[in-house]
Amino acid sequence: MTTGTTAGASRPSETDVAAGRAQPPGGDVAVRVENLWKVFGRNPEKILKSDLRNLPKTELLARTGNVVGLRNVSFEVKSGELFVLMGLSGSGKSTLIRTLIRLIDPTAGTLRVDGEDVLAMEHAELLNFRRNSISMVFQNYGLFPHYTVLQNAAYGLKLRGDDQKEREESARTALKTVGLAGWEDYYPSSLSGGMQQRVGLARALATDPDILLMDEPFSGLDPLIRRELQDEFIDLQDQLGKTIVFVTHDLHEALKLGDRIAIMRDGEIVQVAEPEEILSNPHDDYVRAFTQDASPASVFTATTVMDEPSLLLYRWQGPRVAHTELMHHKSDWAFMVDKKHRYLGICTEDIVGGLIRKNAKAIESDDLIRPEPVSPDVLIEDLYGLVSTESYPVPVVDGEERLLGVIRARKILEALHNPDDEEEDPDA
Amino acid sequence: MREFPEWLRIPLADAVDVAMDWVLANLGGLFDWIGSVGLQVLIAVERVLIFVPWFVVVIVVGVAAWRLAGTWKFGVQMGLMLLAVGLLGYWAEAMTTLSVVIVSVAISIGIGIPTGILMAWYNPVKRFITPILDAMQTMPSFVYLIPALMLFGLGRVPATFATLIYAIPPVIRLTDVGIRGVPENTIEAAKAFGANRWNLLFDVQLPLARPSILVGVNQTTMMALAMVVIGSMIGNRGLGMEVLLSINRVDIGKGFEAGLAIVFLAIVIDRITNRFAAVNRETAAPASNDEGSVSQSA
Repeated sequence: MTTGTTAGASRPSETDVAAGRAQPPGGDVAVRVENLWKVFGRNPEKILKSDLRNLPKTELLARTGNVVGLRNVSFEVKSGELFVLMGLSGSGKSTLIRTLIRLIDPTAGTLRVDGEDVLAMEHAELLNFRRNSISMVFQNYGLFPHYTVLQNAAYGLKLRGDDQKEREESARTALKTVGLAGWEDYYPSSLSGGMQQRVGLARALATDPDILLMDEPFSGLDPLIRRELQDEFIDLQDQLGKTIVFVTHDLHEALKLGDRIAIMRDGEIVQVAEPEEILSNPHDDYVRAFTQDASPASVFTATTVMDEPSLLLYRWQGPRVAHTELMHHKSDWAFMVDKKHRYLGICTEDIVGGLIRKNAKAIESDDLIRPEPVSPDVLIEDLYGLVSTESYPVPVVDGEERLLGVIRARKILEALHNPDDEEEDPDA
Repeated sequence: MREFPEWLRIPLADAVDVAMDWVLANLGGLFDWIGSVGLQVLIAVERVLIFVPWFVVVIVVGVAAWRLAGTWKFGVQMGLMLLAVGLLGYWAEAMTTLSVVIVSVAISIGIGIPTGILMAWYNPVKRFITPILDAMQTMPSFVYLIPALMLFGLGRVPATFATLIYAIPPVIRLTDVGIRGVPENTIEAAKAFGANRWNLLFDVQLPLARPSILVGVNQTTMMALAMVVIGSMIGNRGLGMEVLLSINRVDIGKGFEAGLAIVFLAIVIDRITNRFAAVNRETAAPASNDEGSVSQSA
């Protein structure tokens, strides 16, 4: 993942998405789930046998105290497919992904992974299955705080009984794959959230499982990091071609990553379809509402995150005035506008210094650095690319090129603020 | 009518006496055997402590404290504290007391940690053991001096037994608390990678519960030391016996000296075990700020 491939470069092109991926790669069924039920509470079998099971969630809870976590769920995941389970919290998606590895035992139904009946497995077989065939990445990373990054990544191998040298080698390779070479001897607590999740991913990949379960792996991360990890993950999946079941509550993530998407509500799967079809042909109002549910990034515009520039320079000010102004405000640079407040560019200390040395009397537009301005109604999600690559804030201008304000990268993060997780750069 | 009717009274005392008689009649041999083994262990530990020259003990404790805390001041303080016990004239008695404390704490750990693990694993076990622990901690300790005396006779063995009963609850409770406090997502992750119960225990639960368990060990040690005087009532020699003798003779000066020696010994043991627990808290989950401070000082 460190290879630094530009986002989406090795992704299948748009036409692939439309045409090719209608038939998921491979074609063999890797995971087959049929009529899976999970009833929480007392006497789940009794509930299941009676008509009570058809009651709506709230009514059942009031009458018996039971909760139906999964309601007659059936689906198939093809080998090499990235299958997304999407739904709001409480829709059963986390319960479902946990039943696939039997962290939760379903009440009824069948579950086959690579043809093997997982629900019939004895304890020892189940441990074997978890150690060799399947692994999981968790929303809260689930790392072991008392283990180093290397020991964390090697944990699955340790349980499998690989000898120390062998498992350290595999773990190092896995860490390298996720871009964490050099971090082997650190403890997870000294890593940022994004890096911790890379450790989680390395730990899952180290055992080279056939199937990867990912339970909202990127949800706790802030938007920029999340996007970065998604992009790298796509590249990685292109290379590895694992069968993946991926849980998310974020439609954009589902659309971006999924070969097929299953939308869940109240423990049921409402629709399973490819991303295109989910959007073009939603099964019912619930799915439609879901597809219209937009994240803040696709609703908020530049105006909402725009700031006043802290210092403005004016066209008619000469290099010496500009220099004094910059010095006075302890700034290395400032936006420059003309008499009509039209955006000209960014004037830096270096530019001013150069002009003073040349004894120039005025600053010309050509002397300035000119980052591309955006209009006030551009969506925040379209700004991600700009703010992450530019070292200067992005200028916002109106139809007549007048400078309205500037957007700082920080501000975008704050607007999409995720209270769970503050990203910190450990290099800093 | 206002008085509690006599016929409703449960003759518990008689039942306890009968049970005790039965135990003595039928299991006397077993307890004799336990007693003699225990006595030999206690004597061996005491011999080692007395055999080692006093200045070696002082230096070893001082250096250990210094290494643990990282400051030589702490090491010097602890060494001086221990030296004071000798200066007060109670070195040999202190070593005898220490041997009882060491043995009873070792047994407490050996029984207490597994018990705590079982409590954390099985709720019924917790429900069953919790009231017993409550009773052990609230029952006046004199009460179990009597059966200890009957089972093991006079001397340091029954004192150790009584100390064990009094001191074991904290290590059990804090093992349980520590294991139950391990975050669910960590447990879940270990399970997902195929950890069985023992992998889970040794790889995740015990390491993450270690700081809590060590606090339990510290408390258990302090409680064992607190039993020193009471244990002397059934013939346990050492510092406690000195205090007891002073009380009997109304010798204020002597009593104060012996009491002070116990205080010094207690402080040394408490600070060092406490520091040990603290060091383990840090290594169990190194915080990100540690990382920063390390790179700053480097």
